[in-house]
Amino acid sequence: MITFSHVTKRYRGGTEALKDLSFTIEPGELVVLTGPSGAGKTTLLKLIAALERPTQGSVLVSGQNVGKLSRGAVPYLRRNIGMVFQEGRLLFDRNVFENVVLPLRIIGMPQREAAKRVRAALDKVGLLEKEKAQPITLSGGEQQRLAIARAIVNRPAILIADEPTGNLDPDYAAQLMDMFTAFNQVGVTLLIATHDPILAARSTSRVLHLRGGALQA
Amino acid sequence: MRSFFSQHRAAIVLTVNRMLDTPLATLLTIMVIGIALSLPLGLYLVVNNLSRIADNSQGQPEISIFLKDNAGSAVQRDIETKLKARTEIKEFHFVSRDTALKQLSQNMGLTDTAAILGKNPLPDAFVITTKDIEPEHLDQLRKDMQALPGVQSATLDSEWARRLNAILRLGKQGVWLLAALLGFALAAIGFNTIRLQILALRDEVEVSRLLGATDAFIRRPYLYLGMLQGLLGGLAAWLIVASAFALINVRVAEIASLYNLSFLLSSLAWRDGLAVLISAASLGWLGAYLAANQHLRGSRAAF
Ligand SMILES: Nc1ncnc2c1ncn2[C@@H]1O[C@H](COP(=O)(O)OP(=O)(O)O)[C@@H](O)[C@H]1O
Ligand SMILES: [Mg+2]
Repeated sequence: MITFSHVTKRYRGGTEALKDLSFTIEPGELVVLTGPSGAGKTTLLKLIAALERPTQGSVLVSGQNVGKLSRGAVPYLRRNIGMVFQEGRLLFDRNVFENVVLPLRIIGMPQREAAKRVRAALDKVGLLEKEKAQPITLSGGEQQRLAIARAIVNRPAILIADEPTGNLDPDYAAQLMDMFTAFNQVGVTLLIATHDPILAARSTSRVLHLRGGALQA
Repeated sequence: MRSFFSQHRAAIVLTVNRMLDTPLATLLTIMVIGIALSLPLGLYLVVNNLSRIADNSQGQPEISIFLKDNAGSAVQRDIETKLKARTEIKEFHFVSRDTALKQLSQNMGLTDTAAILGKNPLPDAFVITTKDIEPEHLDQLRKDMQALPGVQSATLDSEWARRLNAILRLGKQGVWLLAALLGFALAAIGFNTIRLQILALRDEVEVSRLLGATDAFIRRPYLYLGMLQGLLGGLAAWLIVASAFALINVRVAEIASLYNLSFLLSSLAWRDGLAVLISAASLGWLGAYLAANQHLRGSRAAF
């Protein structure tokens, strides 16, 4: 599903965020990506969604060489990848429903079908009653779940999440992890980045440990 | 296909809603565009009406050749042969000084003009009607006539129309220059309003890209916005110019009736009005396209 081979990412300015990285994530796997701040977790996720391009090596996602995609092809790659961003990236000028429906508007789904999908996604994250709420009125954990609803509403094959449990208390974080496990059980491939060693330790899934841009055993 | 139309419909609905969200700003933008466009449009109409007048009066250009007092009949015959040789002359006739005086007396309702004036002050003359020829050739003909021996002067009766035409040609160039400048301004207005709009909504643009929106999808509502603004601005210009001309026409009709004329300025033709709407919409679209593209190229999606 996701294959990195000898991937090096050097940012302009010289920072080498990833160094000769190779690994494979199989379809249906749930992988936790850990490592301290600055280890290169975000960079790795960016490479998958073509938000950055590798300096060397290749990143394959569903058989496509992401680093070589044309500008026009990138949007179609992203439609198959659900993304939960570190800073949420919600739109605060519209309500919960409108936030979640955006990916469906982008693919041009008819309104009625889109509304059904939005409610299903909100139901999965337990926000169905907050459909009409403004995101600003939601708690941190609710905002995070809203971001997850938006990431899964298009039923992507791959879900990547950058520090989804960021500022949440441990109980809440555990709940989120359970939610991710549930997605995984219906076949979604997940890659979750976290700097929280406790969360990583609790996970029963495969763990990739990143340090200084390289994988550790 | 259904999704294609629904996407466009959604973009239009979004655009109209955004315009209605900020009614004052929208109205001001439209008025700015409308006023800017009404300037070349008004000038165009003025030039058009003047050239209509000039064209009407220039149908049969005449050249009058006045002979010198002492020119004898030999000179007169000589000129006659020369006039016959000119192919651009349709017809000519000789008006003797006596005939001219008689006509003048008749026109003024006098019986014995010679008695009043003492001596006939009028010269012998030829009156030439030309075929349809360019103003430049007409002038050359006049100059040639002027140069003939025994000729006191040769005048082009529609000289004022010729001068008017020269001014109008300048005016037409002015219209195009003004139109080009204000067209540029229009695209610039479109560019700027859309740029500001995109800046205000840059989170949405950024998030949409992260969620897999194509450039076309992101651009679409802004293109509609630019187009709609231009269109409404063009409509405003049309209204401004049409009402201004309607007002002026009331006065023109009054003045014309004093002279027993039925004359009205012609206002904007449908065809011209539509052309204005289409170009205004296109320029608004262009400005929006440039603004959207500049933003899309400049921004990078990021986590
Ligand atoms: N856009 C960027 N330009 C330059 N350096 C960057 C950029 N993004 C990240 N880095 C650097 O790359 C390294 C890895 O960063 P990042 O991938 O964000 O790590 P993590 O997500 O694990 O904290 C850090 O040293 C960071 O400073
Ligand atoms: Mg990070």
